[in-house]
Amino acid sequence: MQEESFFDYTLLFDVLFLLAFGLVVLYSTSSYIASLEHEGDSAYYLKRQMGATVLGMVVMMVVANIPYHFWERFAVLGYVVSVVLILLVLTPLGIERNGARRWLNILGVSLQPAEVAKLAMILFLASLVCKMGKNIRTRKGFWIMIGVPLPICILVYVVTQNLSSAIIIFGIAALMLFVSSPDYKKFVLIALGGVAAAALLIFLIANAADSDSLSFRGGRILAWLDPEAYADSKGFQTLQALYAIGSGGIWGKGLGKSMQKLGFLPEAQNDMIFSIICEELGLFGAAAVMLLFLLLIWRFMVIANNAPDLFGAMLVVGVMGHIAIQVILNIAVVTNTIPNTGISLPFISYGGSSVLFLLIEMGIVLSVGKGIRLKDL
Amino acid sequence: MIKNKTYNRKKIVTVFFLCFAVFAALMGRLFYLMVFHSDYYMEKAKQLHERERSIKAARGRIIDANGTVIADNKTVCTISVIHSQIKEPDKIVEVLSRELELSEDYVRKRVEKYSSIERIKSNVDKEKGDAIRAYNLAGVKVDEDYKRYYPYDSLASKVLGFTGGDNQGIIGLEVKYEEYLKGQEGTILTITDARGIEIDEAGEERIEPVPGNDLYISLDMNIQSYATQLAKQTMETKEAERVSIIVMNPQNGEIMAMVDVPEFDLNHPYDLPEGTDTENISEEKKQELLNAVWRNGCISDTYEPGSTFKVITAAAGLEEGVVTVEDRFSCPGYIMVEDRRIRCHKTSGHGAENFVEGTMNSCNPVFITVGLRLGVDNYYKYFKQFGLLEKTGVDLPGEAGTIMHRKEDMKAVELATVSFGQSFQITPIQLAATVSSIINGGRRITPHFAVMTADREEKQMKSFTYPVTKSIVSEETSATMRMILEQVVAAGSGKNGHVEGARVGGKTATSQTLPRGSGRYIASFVGFAPADNPKVLALAIIHNPQGVYYGGQVAAPVVRQLFENILPYLGEMDYN
Repeated sequence: MQEESFFDYTLLFDVLFLLAFGLVVLYSTSSYIASLEHEGDSAYYLKRQMGATVLGMVVMMVVANIPYHFWERFAVLGYVVSVVLILLVLTPLGIERNGARRWLNILGVSLQPAEVAKLAMILFLASLVCKMGKNIRTRKGFWIMIGVPLPICILVYVVTQNLSSAIIIFGIAALMLFVSSPDYKKFVLIALGGVAAAALLIFLIANAADSDSLSFRGGRILAWLDPEAYADSKGFQTLQALYAIGSGGIWGKGLGKSMQKLGFLPEAQNDMIFSIICEELGLFGAAAVMLLFLLLIWRFMVIANNAPDLFGAMLVVGVMGHIAIQVILNIAVVTNTIPNTGISLPFISYGGSSVLFLLIEMGIVLSVGKGIRLKDL
Repeated sequence: MIKNKTYNRKKIVTVFFLCFAVFAALMGRLFYLMVFHSDYYMEKAKQLHERERSIKAARGRIIDANGTVIADNKTVCTISVIHSQIKEPDKIVEVLSRELELSEDYVRKRVEKYSSIERIKSNVDKEKGDAIRAYNLAGVKVDEDYKRYYPYDSLASKVLGFTGGDNQGIIGLEVKYEEYLKGQEGTILTITDARGIEIDEAGEERIEPVPGNDLYISLDMNIQSYATQLAKQTMETKEAERVSIIVMNPQNGEIMAMVDVPEFDLNHPYDLPEGTDTENISEEKKQELLNAVWRNGCISDTYEPGSTFKVITAAAGLEEGVVTVEDRFSCPGYIMVEDRRIRCHKTSGHGAENFVEGTMNSCNPVFITVGLRLGVDNYYKYFKQFGLLEKTGVDLPGEAGTIMHRKEDMKAVELATVSFGQSFQITPIQLAATVSSIINGGRRITPHFAVMTADREEKQMKSFTYPVTKSIVSEETSATMRMILEQVVAAGSGKNGHVEGARVGGKTATSQTLPRGSGRYIASFVGFAPADNPKVLALAIIHNPQGVYYGGQVAAPVVRQLFENILPYLGEMDYN
């Protein structure tokens, strides 16, 4: 009996729209700097991003057509591979850019192991939740779920000095744990405790008598509290982003008319691309982008809630957590709502590994979606 | 296969609404930044993106009493290259080295240098600048600029002064009236990228400069030029070190000419006089030499006035009533003051004479007697009343003050020497101003050049006023002094100052410079005409003349020649 198969076109077109929009904004943002850095080739960043996007879309469609249970057998392997890849950064295969060693050069293609680790973590935890079954409700089960992602997070932080990715990986794990466990109270308490600890830390740093004795990250917190006081050092990028956002106004200066992208805002095409969207397209454009992401997250919820089984649902929850956390943190950094840390905006920021692995995740979500029998809806 | 349980679904919905809430909060944050703080950040960003380039304002001109422009501006160009905008470096090197007559190596070095803007040459003639602009070379900038230009080169150099690299006044009237002359710089606002490169499409905003106001002065270039000629001639024939001439209107203090030769070329103020060894001197030493070249002796140097100062002693004595024109004196060739024997310049003595004759003879014992009759208190009172203790307030920078005995230290001997103009020092401008004030009816005037300032359209004019102190001597004393001094020229020691067909008053002086016995003299003469109603007063001072050094022989003829030429010109000559 052939059942009517479901395919989430809303999600697909939302992703395609974000990708297309992302390429337009990326070209607008990067063309000036690209033509300076790469001998007049204003499409340098665009071309590279387009390559990764096309490859990603092909992979996405392939993955979407593979039943997602196929991947369950690679859960442990994925975990091991991410550890190995992260450690490989320390070997001559590692590439250093902008003072950070975060990339691998594999057969001439650069790859960020942290992106692999995010995907592997989602797969591993989804499979683990299913294996543990009811044991997840026990204290032991809780600690296993917390303990499993920690080695990866620590490796990402220590080896690649990438705090942001470590936070994202841990955030994904926490979210998956939250969904897989029936308990609420514990999580509310942990969240409150976390907020209190962060507030105390900020209070201590802000009142430290000697700011020189603070570490790199402590300085970032001071710059967050008062970017104009650190306008020449740690507050510089944040302040430039605020100039861009503030000068956008309600309707923006118009596509292509950003001033801040002309070398004033560092990493404009990368982590800071959202502020250029604000400058060129205004509050209106920024809100539209946020709504597109909210639509994406809504589709994840719908697919997860209707997934044929817990494994599928947990995979989608992982992807949902990944994208939601990254979008929220990116916009929060750009608007100086939280201290500055390098997080890219999914589908829009420049970065080949990022877009490729995000599209693989989309493929998995679409595959889960295909498992939905229409009568369940 | 494990089922997706209800609590899992509830949690997923919870996660979605949590995200929704955070998104809403971030949206609120964006609204706050982009609506409420938009103006603030927009202004900050604008300041960051705009670059200001200043446009020099044309400096106000200086215009003499006849309306002749004596300090003007000419347009010059500065040629620079902007490295990042250069497209054809070889052509630029070729064109610039040919047009500017510079070596190719010199130009190439600057064209290839990686800097934001590199100056190739400044003070290039406007025609040349236009020619280079016509090549339309990308990356070559021709900026127009103003340079001060003095059409009369060295004439009145120490009065006018000159300007520096930023067109700011350095000495003379140029610095004194800086605030009127300098004008207001304009600006060009351009939008640039982070490297400072202009964005063509953005255009530019211009705030036009406001040219400085013209300065109208009382100096008359005809008189200045004739006085300079006389001074140079005298310096040559008498092999003198320096010759100073001041010509002024004794009624209101307007200075018509001020000469202090040797003067210097205003268009090349940093050239040292020929023959100076410029190779082996330090910068400091060079600056010292330049300061000496620029120094205006008429106002910055003091000297012992000698017999010309007897005018002051006489006026004080007459005013106080200790002497009258009929008073009789006897000169044996010397006078005893306490235990000191002070000689008259005529060692054989002038014999019996009245006060007028004593003045005509410039007899020292007569004036010592008058001084002693006044006493220290009274003498000091008049010294002060005549304004001699203060600076004249002439509108030039660097005026020196009077060097005088303190009242407590003044005893009879000091009083005696001061009475005939020795043992203290004043500036030439002080003497000219004080004599003017005594003969003009007793109004202490302020010597000055500036009459008014006005913009090019001669709107918004501002006239300058100067302080006048009334009744430093009575009208009667003033008239008596005019009469006595006319006699000095008509039949006394100043007869070489006599001008045929004119009534001239005056007084000569010959003073030995310190240390005494060095054989260095200063010969001077102060004269005015017409004697009954003075319209012009001239003071000539010759420093260290060789040969004959008497003021009556050396200085009086200078003033006579000057008056012979300028009195008809001023319409003060009686042709009958």
